[in-house]
Amino acid sequence: MTVTTEAMPEPGVGRAAGMLVPPLCYLAVAAVMVGYTQVAPLDSIEQRSLTLGFLAQRTLEHIQLVAVSTVLVLLVALPLGILLTRRAMRWATPGVLALVNLGQATPAVGLIVLLAVIFQIGFWTAIVALVAYSLLPTLRNTMVGLEQVDPALVDAGRGIGMSATGVLRHVELPMAAPIILSGVRTTLVLNVGTASIAAFIGSGGLGDLITTGVSTQRTLILVTGCVLIAVLALLIDWLGGVAERLLAPKGLS
Amino acid sequence: MPEHGGVPIELRGVTKRFPGAGAPAVDRLDLLIPAGEIVVLLGPSGCGKTTTMRMVNRLEEPTSGDILIDGQNSRDINPNQLRRHIGYVIQQAGLFPHMTVARNVAQVPKLLGWDSRRIAGRVDELLDLVGMDPGLFRDRYPRALSGGQQQRVGVARALAADPPVLLMDEPFGALDPITRERLQDELLRLQEELAKTIVFVTHDVDEALKIGDRIAMMQRGSRIVQYAAPAEILTDPADDYVEQYLGGESSMKLLRLTKVGDIRLDRVPHAAEDADTERLLAEIEAGGDQYALIVDEARHPLRWVTVDDLAGRTGPVGDLGDPVGDTILGRMTLQDALESLLNADTDVVPVVGRRRVYSGVISLSTVQQAIQDIKARERERRRRRHDGPRG
Repeated sequence: MTVTTEAMPEPGVGRAAGMLVPPLCYLAVAAVMVGYTQVAPLDSIEQRSLTLGFLAQRTLEHIQLVAVSTVLVLLVALPLGILLTRRAMRWATPGVLALVNLGQATPAVGLIVLLAVIFQIGFWTAIVALVAYSLLPTLRNTMVGLEQVDPALVDAGRGIGMSATGVLRHVELPMAAPIILSGVRTTLVLNVGTASIAAFIGSGGLGDLITTGVSTQRTLILVTGCVLIAVLALLIDWLGGVAERLLAPKGLS
Repeated sequence: MPEHGGVPIELRGVTKRFPGAGAPAVDRLDLLIPAGEIVVLLGPSGCGKTTTMRMVNRLEEPTSGDILIDGQNSRDINPNQLRRHIGYVIQQAGLFPHMTVARNVAQVPKLLGWDSRRIAGRVDELLDLVGMDPGLFRDRYPRALSGGQQQRVGVARALAADPPVLLMDEPFGALDPITRERLQDELLRLQEELAKTIVFVTHDVDEALKIGDRIAMMQRGSRIVQYAAPAEILTDPADDYVEQYLGGESSMKLLRLTKVGDIRLDRVPHAAEDADTERLLAEIEAGGDQYALIVDEARHPLRWVTVDDLAGRTGPVGDLGDPVGDTILGRMTLQDALESLLNADTDVVPVVGRRRVYSGVISLSTVQQAIQDIKARERERRRRRHDGPRG
């Protein structure tokens, strides 16, 4: 018998501190970038786009776009993924996947502009585009995660008298959790990048800095926007990693 | 908590057709499984034995026919409720990897709505029962257990709510031979205590012979070719199919099947160390033997004394004679006993029962006689059965 100590060593002070190094680095980069824009000599166009208040507002908008679209993705993808893996619904899987694939395969810019033409310019149009574009990873992973659960475990669950929903809640979803969570993480990161395009249809966000930078030929504004988006993506990816580690059930790996 | 014994299960004309398959997997099967017995469904892969078992707890619904558990038709019971009162053990245990050992075992009591203190107590009790130290294993995850330990937990989980019926689907199939043997022994030990009704599916002849009170030999379509006790199946296979499946060596298999404690052992005179030498000598000669066994106050065998050791002496026997080398345990199989006999220094070896108390002696000829007796007994029973209905 292999006597493996099951309990992972409690994340001690050193460990927790080590985990905090990457996000602190990302924040430092952002701080340096923003700090520079505050001390560098700016012309009037740059000044308008690079005040602290303006940057904070654009960042907040960006986070809103990401948060709302991700929550919507979860609300759609999780139930859909569960439904499509139930035996009675398997027939619908290819069709739905083809549709969702289409959403992701369409160039994001084209999609968002098309939607703006069809509906109108604004926050919710951007959200719809983001959801369509980033639904696939979460949906796919939910389905893959549920499908790779050992059928013997489902059988064992039913065999000891769990109901179908009981097995789903207590066996299938926990077992699929790591894969689902990594899908959600991919969706989040995709959304941070894609949300930049929302600026094209006047939905704000940090993409606004990029479009302004390009149209006014102010490299500093452009670079500031790019750096802030990158930092945001890295931070959110890091948060996703932490969530994966905290939320995944113990005893699996 | 008092453990409850088993209840009878009756299958009446049970048929199972899978959609798209030509022949039914189970075809009009009648089977009576008596309360408190281990019935083994034995047959090749795909013969329908697992399907048959899975219909008992309605993991598969019979296409037609009835299954009565303790007289009650299983169709009338909600499947989830039904399964909570039927223990279910599968190959490789099927433990939930994301739950600790304790949580795995606690699943059924939780479903039955027990309070947490009662569950915790029951979990520890069960881990003890299957030979696992609760303090050591309660909080481990299945991944940290060996295959054998996982299956012990699997059995504990199945027994959690003290169900009268246990279904076991090739539970020891994936284990190494030594672990398998040990778990089989422990299942038998448990069964002595619990007397559950156990339906045990396997394709392993030796396992079936060892575990089963009765064996149902199955052919394709779950057709039962023979339904009898292991000794009868061995000595009187119903047809060529059964004989072929058993794979010959029926006498060797009988050896494996029979316990030393269950055969007629030979007797030699035995006495305590304070016994009088002359009287012991007289007793030996009266019986026509050449030797006797000296035992201590607790009747543990100590030494052999021969007629020559005793001749011409008086007073208590004391420490005359040569120490007994090996002893054979009453719960050993005849096969193990044979192995010991072949390696022993003496032709005759003492047999000890519970608490190592002397219960007789055994030699190669005792074993031979025992096998002949069993065969004769089976022949006799067969003859009586064939004659019986007419008389």
